[in-house]
Amino acid sequence: MAAAQERWHAGVIPYAQMGYYAPDYVPQDTDVLAAFRITPQPGVPPEEAGAAVAGESSTATWTVVWTDRLTAYDHYQAKCYRVDPVPGREGEYIAYIAYDIDLFEEGSIPNLTSSIIGNVFGFKALKALRLEDMRIPLHYIKTYQGPPHGIVMEREYLNKYGRPLLGATTKPKLGLSARNYGRVVYEALRGGLDFTKDDENINSQPFMRWRDRFLFTMEAVNRAQERTGEIKGHYLNVTAATMEDMYERADFAASLGSVIVMIDLTVGYTAMHSMSRWARRNGVILHLHRAGHSTYTRQKSHGVSFRVIAKWCRMIGVDHVHAGTVVGKLEGDPANVRGYYDTLREARIPCHPAQGIYFDQDWGSMPGTMPVASGGIHAGQMHQLLGYLGEDVVLQFGGGTIGHPMGIAAGATANRVATEAMIKARNEGRDVAREGEDILRDAARRCQPLQVALDTWGEITFNYEPTDTPDVVATPSL
Amino acid sequence: MRITQGTFSYLPDLTDDEIRAQVQYSIDQGWAVAVEFSDDPHPRNVLWEMWGLPMFGIADAAAAMHEVSGCRAAYPGHYIRVSAYDASLGRQTTALSFIVNRPAAEPGFRLDRQEASDRRIRYSLHPYATDQPAGERYGSVSAAPGNVMPNGVRGGS
Repeated sequence: MAAAQERWHAGVIPYAQMGYYAPDYVPQDTDVLAAFRITPQPGVPPEEAGAAVAGESSTATWTVVWTDRLTAYDHYQAKCYRVDPVPGREGEYIAYIAYDIDLFEEGSIPNLTSSIIGNVFGFKALKALRLEDMRIPLHYIKTYQGPPHGIVMEREYLNKYGRPLLGATTKPKLGLSARNYGRVVYEALRGGLDFTKDDENINSQPFMRWRDRFLFTMEAVNRAQERTGEIKGHYLNVTAATMEDMYERADFAASLGSVIVMIDLTVGYTAMHSMSRWARRNGVILHLHRAGHSTYTRQKSHGVSFRVIAKWCRMIGVDHVHAGTVVGKLEGDPANVRGYYDTLREARIPCHPAQGIYFDQDWGSMPGTMPVASGGIHAGQMHQLLGYLGEDVVLQFGGGTIGHPMGIAAGATANRVATEAMIKARNEGRDVAREGEDILRDAARRCQPLQVALDTWGEITFNYEPTDTPDVVATPSL
Repeated sequence: MRITQGTFSYLPDLTDDEIRAQVQYSIDQGWAVAVEFSDDPHPRNVLWEMWGLPMFGIADAAAAMHEVSGCRAAYPGHYIRVSAYDASLGRQTTALSFIVNRPAAEPGFRLDRQEASDRRIRYSLHPYATDQPAGERYGSVSAAPGNVMPNGVRGGS
């Protein structure tokens, strides 16, 4: 066949003709699937651009190589099997690409990502490229253990059910001495929060070295447990320059009886895998702060959607990850955030374009990761938070606890009372979306700290246009 | 002090009508409702005594409220909680759990510190109530003999 002969002529031939564009290909159940938003350079046909992405993220290089013929190359070649124009976005297309499962090492997100988001993102033939979503086949999911504990085990470990967990990030983020830091933790926990948290950039600085922070913080945690009879935790950030440092800090936290430690996304996927194993081995919950993600998740045309990052984080295995608030100060379109939360918590997620979900995803029996909502939220939004985010979530009120006019403990109490009142009302059959403000006002009659919180922040909203939204708008149903 | 375990401990104690509403919600979700009691409030004491078996497949909150009343009559000075259990695949865990009875006075906890090396401290939480034998805590001998068996299993009726 002439075409087959031309495939092996030395030189440069279009990727599409090398087998990387295969519109008749029917993806197998075992294939890893990816949906890329591609913006080809002028003059590059979208099918060729999609084929180039498939090629560069799997077997190809820029020119024909005879050594392909030493392999069952059509097995290893990724296949762009569909290219759709994006409605309302001139010059953008969604390219669907299938990868055979054999391309990836079992249980290694670094390996998966080196292919899928490797060289290909710098490819000149594309103006921009964004990984929108992935379908990870259950066969490959099963090579990962996922969260060391997961939502169910975390709740049983903490003995807390039926409501969102509540947290606060210690503020100011930087500068407090260890002793003062412990004071903030104690007040917030005794006032009613379940968790307090180191911020992402608190590691071991001159004003507070990690070991001192850990000691004073655990004193605070234990004092708060004494005052309330509840299990409390503080996310001790063990992020450090080397794995040896991280293990040393994590081991120390575990030796002090901390129920939870945290890492930042900046440590990298390999370190996250390592800490996930450490957390399972030591019975310590693992919190992940997604520091840095907005550098590549936020822009619509280039980067990686957070729904993909969320998926990788669940596979690597973290128990908590920040996933947006909808109503707070940080980026988060309601439909997209719902998609992230489903990706983290549910066992089976059906394709749902209006929430940015491009594929069915089956997680098998992998535990769920608890999403964390943090950044500019307060007690006065409790009905919206419960409506958007549900019950299996950690709501983190940093400023909304520590900035309370009556003090930190009062701020914590306001948040706890608002949460419990809203859950109780919802369970009683009340429409919290509609009656939320009344429910909070009623609860505040018997809780002055809540009244003061509502008076202080009740009107605060962050209404800005999101930069990242799904392309498909849901048709409102009646 | 007031121990704040359970879903609604920061709200005023729930009335029976409010308890019934939460129980009915649980039943409507398909959850099994259980009544449990304890006089050891340590937060890691998860194995409270079961007041009978969990109530699977009841349609009406009245049956559960009857058990709450029975448990209160037998153990007025104990902590009593209502829990709802979700047996669905992927959950298989407690879905809701709240205190419906507590002792008149809650003496709380003592925090014991054992100083170890390098400024390390080993912490231990000690409920004052557990200085007394089980059943003799919180100022009264709770259960009428014959009504409740020593292992906490409900007898008779």
